[in-house]
Amino acid sequence: MKQALEGSQAIARAVSLCRPQVVSAYPITPQTHIVENLSRLVADGVLDCELVSVESEFSAASVALGAVAAGSRAYTASSSQGILLMSEVLFNISGLRIPLVMTCANRALAAPLSIWNDQQDSMAVRDAGWIQLYCADNQEAVDMTIQAYRIAERCELPVMVCVDGFTLTHTLEVLDLPDQQLVDAFLPAFHFDRKLDPANPISVGTLVSPEFFTEARYDHHQALLQSAEIIEQTRREWQDMTGRDTGGLLGVAGDADARVGVLVLGSITGTLQEAMEASTDTEPACLITLRAFRPFPEQALRDACSGLERLIVLERALSPGAGGIVGSEVRAALSSLDRPPRVFNFSVGLGGRDVPLETWSRALAAVAGNAGAGFDMLDLEPSRLPQEAL
Amino acid sequence: MTQEIEIPLAELRRNQPRFGGLESGHRACLGCGEALAARLVSESAGPDVMYANATGCLEVFTTAWPDSAWQVPWMHSLFSNAASIGAGMEAALKAQGKATKVIAMGGDGGTFDIGFQALSGMLERGHNVLYVCYDNEAYMNTGVQRSSSTPHAAATTTSPAGSESMGKRHLKKDIVSIVAAHHIPYAATASVAYPSDIRKKVRRAMGIEGPSFLHIHAPCPLGWGHDGALTIEVARLAVQTGLFPLIELERGGVAGAMPIREVRPVSDYLGLQARFRHLFADSARAREELEHLQALANHNIEVYRLRGESRQDCMDSEGADTVRRGGMRWA
Repeated sequence: MKQALEGSQAIARAVSLCRPQVVSAYPITPQTHIVENLSRLVADGVLDCELVSVESEFSAASVALGAVAAGSRAYTASSSQGILLMSEVLFNISGLRIPLVMTCANRALAAPLSIWNDQQDSMAVRDAGWIQLYCADNQEAVDMTIQAYRIAERCELPVMVCVDGFTLTHTLEVLDLPDQQLVDAFLPAFHFDRKLDPANPISVGTLVSPEFFTEARYDHHQALLQSAEIIEQTRREWQDMTGRDTGGLLGVAGDADARVGVLVLGSITGTLQEAMEASTDTEPACLITLRAFRPFPEQALRDACSGLERLIVLERALSPGAGGIVGSEVRAALSSLDRPPRVFNFSVGLGGRDVPLETWSRALAAVAGNAGAGFDMLDLEPSRLPQEAL
Repeated sequence: MTQEIEIPLAELRRNQPRFGGLESGHRACLGCGEALAARLVSESAGPDVMYANATGCLEVFTTAWPDSAWQVPWMHSLFSNAASIGAGMEAALKAQGKATKVIAMGGDGGTFDIGFQALSGMLERGHNVLYVCYDNEAYMNTGVQRSSSTPHAAATTTSPAGSESMGKRHLKKDIVSIVAAHHIPYAATASVAYPSDIRKKVRRAMGIEGPSFLHIHAPCPLGWGHDGALTIEVARLAVQTGLFPLIELERGGVAGAMPIREVRPVSDYLGLQARFRHLFADSARAREELEHLQALANHNIEVYRLRGESRQDCMDSEGADTVRRGGMRWA
């Protein structure tokens, strides 16, 4: 049913439709509305689950981990500093191959302190061994949250659904929330083969010597690689049931014969789409939206970029001392093409800086001519730098 | 015609069916107090349990893939989250309508220090979890570094005794009082020197709906510097000197204490351990520290009224276990 909902409210309702048995979380802006809405659903008897309001994000992730290990479907959500505080647990969850779903309401990392959006937090746990999915709008946030449970439980891997803080979490959009019957049909009741059970006692999380460690890591790596197919399959099944094509590894829009492409993650997608449609005087371009950052869809990316001469990668994160995070990975993936496009990598919208429609023309201007294809901050305001830096 | 059968009593006792949650074959050191305590806890807790184990010696010596000494569902996640993992398990079991009891456990490092916040959160939220702390008074797994549980004046690798140092400067954290201040239904201290007391307290905690805490004093021969054969004796002396009082607390108030029949001087306990060797040097500072530790023991005896009123209390520090083992014979 179509309705106008705030992003966080919609995500909470989507989580509730997945019937989690344990929800644990600790408040942090801009994730708070998700958890508040879930608490409201529990208080009103809409959602029957154990709600554990813990004393830290570290415990939020740990409670969710313990709950799944004991055989229940669980959920948690966080942002920014909270993601960092739980990062030790995040690595543990994936290493133990625990099918858990969490929302990351993307926010910058301090210092300097910023409560506003960028994607530095989820990028900081890029190597945690989780599946990472990025949502372009709140309809995707709803659909991909539900898909995430199916993906997680099929792959026995945790999934982090990333939504841009404020831009998505605090924005009212008209969206279609599936009904309970549909979700129940899409997502079977939780069953975890390796759950802890007194009738069949197992030991989980044992010490592993160098003799077996590499094989455990190989197994984890393979599981992530193989999850790519499950993510695509889940996208198709969701489309069959709802008619909506959301999820998957990446999306390609715009001119299929274009020689210029732009690659983004998250809510910048909509801004660029609109800007590209409006700019009739610029050369045709295609828009690539990376939905899955882990597993990294190398082949799908090569296919999408094979005809391009120039690719602009815009990202809301930075690896200080190196440059872009997504940009370097994209460049590496495309290097095996016969005629790889030149990759221009820019950061935009760090710490909540607005990404306006002009971003597109600005990016095009920056890559015109024979400018070096490196890394730059597209929306830097040199006048605001301290004098000695100039 | 009747036939006389000789009953091999020792063998009969060995063959008695008894539940063992932690089996033999693990890799603990000789005389490890923690291994003994964990075995006693797992025996008394029975099979309908689920364990969350913090990182530490216990986790390391009982597992190592592909082996495990655990006969019960057992999980290790991280150093500082045993209480939270336990809370998550309990929430899941509650959601599933199951009565399986969750036991979270860790050493003093995982309980007093790095896992302290998670422990406090679990207690405050009232999870139906028994938390067991095996206290060997330092970070033994990493090589005997001081923790907030290390007693005053004990030498460790990060609080060594030397010309400018008398070992750890600070006092042992009074964890059981802090835990009891959460006003949980049941908190208790125990010692590996008193196995039936441990059993009794575990059974008591298992029957409680809500959070409970058991703090077990467990000598580490390697870290404390005593012979592995002396583990029980050393542990018993900690109780008999008043340095480690065995108490029970209900909803924050003291509900019971094991009386000491004959109070021993702290030097009897300290003298058996290399970590306190510097206290027996012929110096004013050493004498001062010994007096300090004696004063701490005296304080415990006074606060918890540990001096047995009767000289023959069968439940006191001399009788407690012999009574339950074989009647009054040695009491």
